[in-house]
Formats: sequence, structure tokens, C-alpha cells
Amino acid sequence: MNLLAGTWQWLVDPANWSGAGAIPSRILEHLAYSGIVMVVAVVVAVPLGLLVGHTGRGSGAVIGVSGALRALPTLGLLTLFSLLMGLGLVPPLLALVILAVPPILTATYAGVAEVSPQVKDAAKAQGMTPLQVLTRVEMPLALPVAMGGIRNAALQVIATATVAAYINLGGLGRYLIDGLAVRDYSRMLGSVLLVAVLALAIDAVLAALQRALTSPGIRASPAGAH
Amino acid sequence: MSRTPQLPARSRRVARRHAVLPLAVAGLFLLSACGGGDPLADDDQSTQADGSVTVGSADFPESQIIAELYAGVLEDAGVETSTEPGIGAREAYIGALEDGSIDLVPDYTGNLLLYVDPESSAASAEEIMNELPDALSDGLMVLEASEAENKDAMVVTQQTADEYSLTSIADMAPVCGQLVIAGPPEFQERAYGLSGLEENYGCVPQSFEPINDGGGTLTVEALTRGDVDVADIFTTTPAIEEQDLVVLEDPENNFLAQQVIPLTAEGRLPEGAEDALNELSAKLTTQDLIELNQAISGDGAVSPQQAAQDWLSQNGYDA
Repeated sequence: MNLLAGTWQWLVDPANWSGAGAIPSRILEHLAYSGIVMVVAVVVAVPLGLLVGHTGRGSGAVIGVSGALRALPTLGLLTLFSLLMGLGLVPPLLALVILAVPPILTATYAGVAEVSPQVKDAAKAQGMTPLQVLTRVEMPLALPVAMGGIRNAALQVIATATVAAYINLGGLGRYLIDGLAVRDYSRMLGSVLLVAVLALAIDAVLAALQRALTSPGIRASPAGAH
Repeated sequence: MSRTPQLPARSRRVARRHAVLPLAVAGLFLLSACGGGDPLADDDQSTQADGSVTVGSADFPESQIIAELYAGVLEDAGVETSTEPGIGAREAYIGALEDGSIDLVPDYTGNLLLYVDPESSAASAEEIMNELPDALSDGLMVLEASEAENKDAMVVTQQTADEYSLTSIADMAPVCGQLVIAGPPEFQERAYGLSGLEENYGCVPQSFEPINDGGGTLTVEALTRGDVDVADIFTTTPAIEEQDLVVLEDPENNFLAQQVIPLTAEGRLPEGAEDALNELSAKLTTQDLIELNQAISGDGAVSPQQAAQDWLSQNGYDA
């Protein structure tokens, strides 16, 4: 009970909510790191997933490489990149991009690859070019599955962005790492709760985005139920 | 002196590995399965002879090296020894000392004093050694402290030291506003950290950059790369030697003295053991600890036991 009461006190202490290094600025830092990571990961993974799913070439490599990337510990990568590049924003962001790419890549690939051949044939029979098949048929049909991968990646990135505080950066991980250093478990638990709430909030936003982007034609189908 | 019967089954004649818990678990499985020849198996279950000493250590390599040094000089003095490495934090090894699982463990004066007397304000080596023997709980005792010391220190590169003519933290005070200090996150909040630098030296750095690797490679890299100007690094870190770093003196004793000291309990050490340990403490220097830590890290690393044996044979012991 002591820990919970201490956590509550930490969370409602006005001193923790204003000024430099206070909770609002840490949340903004956390969102900034996560946002940059997700933009980079989507830009890298979605086109690659579409390409592989559309052509069917290199799918073995995508699955293999994604699996291998998933096995890399983010903290280990952060340490390695920091040793290679020095302190700064790039090492943690790069480590987090490597965390975020596999779920987006495999989901995008799977979404496109799962589009029924009859549908694609029908589109071709209508006279669509391969690019039109991709953008007007495969992409809308793959969207629910691909968004599932993006939401999955976003959850992982928001939870794991706490590692940025392992080196001299901010974000909500600052409370976690600093709290652990001085055995302040209330602060640690408080920051963990904030990370969890943030992750759920972002997931809700992405779920709304997914609904808005999903073509009305497939909205009721089970594929949309991600 | 008689061995206590409740000595854990995992106690080994000579230990070669550090991870006690996994080993203990593995040992339990292997005990019934196979005999000697397997390096993971606890193949030495013989009860210890009277007068033997079990040397424990904390769960970090330097403590294991010093424990092996203790075991080595005791063997040299004709005392039968065994080691129990990697017991854990201070709570754990002091518990083991009190219940008789171990008889001797290396410790550091400043942190040991704060553990037994959190209110103590002793800071210099002498102040700490004045208070420590009486502050210890009944039955526990320390021998003589060594000059060898592993404590937090403000460390700069040779280039920074030349640029600002720094030899002590006091020299740093006038230029502190231009310096970026790196250290573990607790440095922001502990008494010896930023508040201690300000109180004792009037030093308020331009900024503080937390790096959570306990003054390890990342911190050293940040310093040598020039990302930061000053770093809080332990005085026995091999990088001090390897990277030609300068440890700034601490005339105001902002950082507690942390001399290496044998911690034992009354009646555990047989005849001659105390003299042998005091003789070792008198010989051991911080520089030795740097070199010993160097021997167990990086390319060509050897085990703490091997590093300790090499040191002992170079220093006239028949290890």
C-alpha cells in the first residue's frame, strides 16, 4: 500500500507537473521520440512490404530478416550505437527504428499477400495497370492488417522509448532510470503508469485513424476487426 | 575453529565461476546425475577441516579478485581456504558472514560505514576508520584498511586537465560553468553529487548528462570523445590507465573514502590469518586494482582467480 500511496502522491504532486523536466515536458519528449521513430519506420517498412507483397519476390528474406531484427535487444543496440556514434539522439532513435520495422514490414507484406488472387485477376480484367492494382485494390484491402502492424509497432516503441534515458536523453524513461538509481520505486511505478496510459491513448488514436482510412466496402468484414 | 554445519551445499573448494544462483541450481540438478569432470558440477562436497576459512565476495568482479587475493595469502600462510564468490549486495554477504556461511569478505570502508551507520558524517579515510570498528554490529570486525581505494571521482582527459590546469576539484570551481559533467543518474540526487560539488567546491556545472552504465564504457567514451568534459568514474577503472585520464584530487572529501578492507567476524580467523591479511592490505594499491581489473576485461581477459594468482606470484607469494 505504501508504494501505491507514494506513487499516487508522486503523480498528483504539482511540483512534478510544471517546469523543466516535469511530467508534461517528459511526455512531449517521449511522444517526439516515438513519433520520429514511427515516421521513419513506416517510410522504410511500408513501401518495402508493399513491394514484396505485390511481387511475391523476396518474401522469404523479409520474414527471415524481420525475425532476426526482432531478436536484437534494443538496449544492446542503443549501447552499441552510442559507442559507435557518441551521445545524442541518433543512437536511441536508430535502435527503436530497428524495433519498429519488423512488425510493420511483415504486416504490410502479409496484408498485400493475402489479397485474394480472384480479386486481383478481376482488377486486371477491368484493365487496371499493375500500379493501379496495387494502389486501388491491394493497398485498401491490406490496410487493416498493415495498420495492425503499425499499432503493434507503436505500442512497442512507446513502451521501449524509455531506454532513451539510459543515456543523457529525456522522455518518461528519465523517471524510471533515475528512480531506480536512487531506489525511488514510487517514481518508477508512476512513470510506468504514465507510459502505459500514453501507449493506450496512442493506440486509441491509431484505431480511430484505422477506421477512418478503411474502405467502406470492407469495413464490416472480419479483416477489419483488428 | 569449527565449521558451521549449515554451510550451503554449493560451497566449493575453489570456485571458477561467478553466478552463484544459476550454479547452485545447476549444481542441484547435477549432484545426483554425475560426478567429477563436469566443471559445472559441485564435485567437492567434503566437509571443511577445522580452521579453514571461507572467503565470500560481492557480486562484482573487483570484489571477487580481492576475495581471491585474500584466499591466496591465507593459503600462503598455511590456512586452508575456500571461496564463495558473487554472493550479492552488502545485505546478502553480511548476512552470510553473520550466519557463518562465510568467514571473510572484502569491503570498502565508506560504504560499509554508511551501511552500519547511515547517520555518519565521516568522509575522510581517517574519520571513517575512527568510526567504523565501533559502528559495526556485535561480532563483526574489520582488519586494517588498505591504501587501495575504489571510489567515485571526478575524472577528466589529459587535454582538459592541461587546458584548465586542473589537478583537483578545487581547480575546477572557477571554470565549472563551462564544463559538462557526466555520471550515473543518482549523481543528480545523492549528497556527494551535484549538491556536494556546489557545497564543497562552489562548482555548478554548465550541465549534467546522466549515463546509466555506472561509470562504464559509455561514460568513458563520452569523456574521451569530448561529448562531456568531466565524468564521475570509479578510481579503479582500467580506462584511467588505458586512456591516460586524470583523476582530480578531492581535498574537501566530497567523495567518501572507500578503502579496501577485510570484514570478518570474531573468532573466525585462525592463528596467523590476520597478519597475512594486514600484510596484503599494506601492499595493495589503487594502481594494483586498476591493473587487476584490466587483467579481467577486454582482450585476453582471465578469470578473477587467475588474475589474483598472477598478482600474488608477482608479489612474492607462493600462490
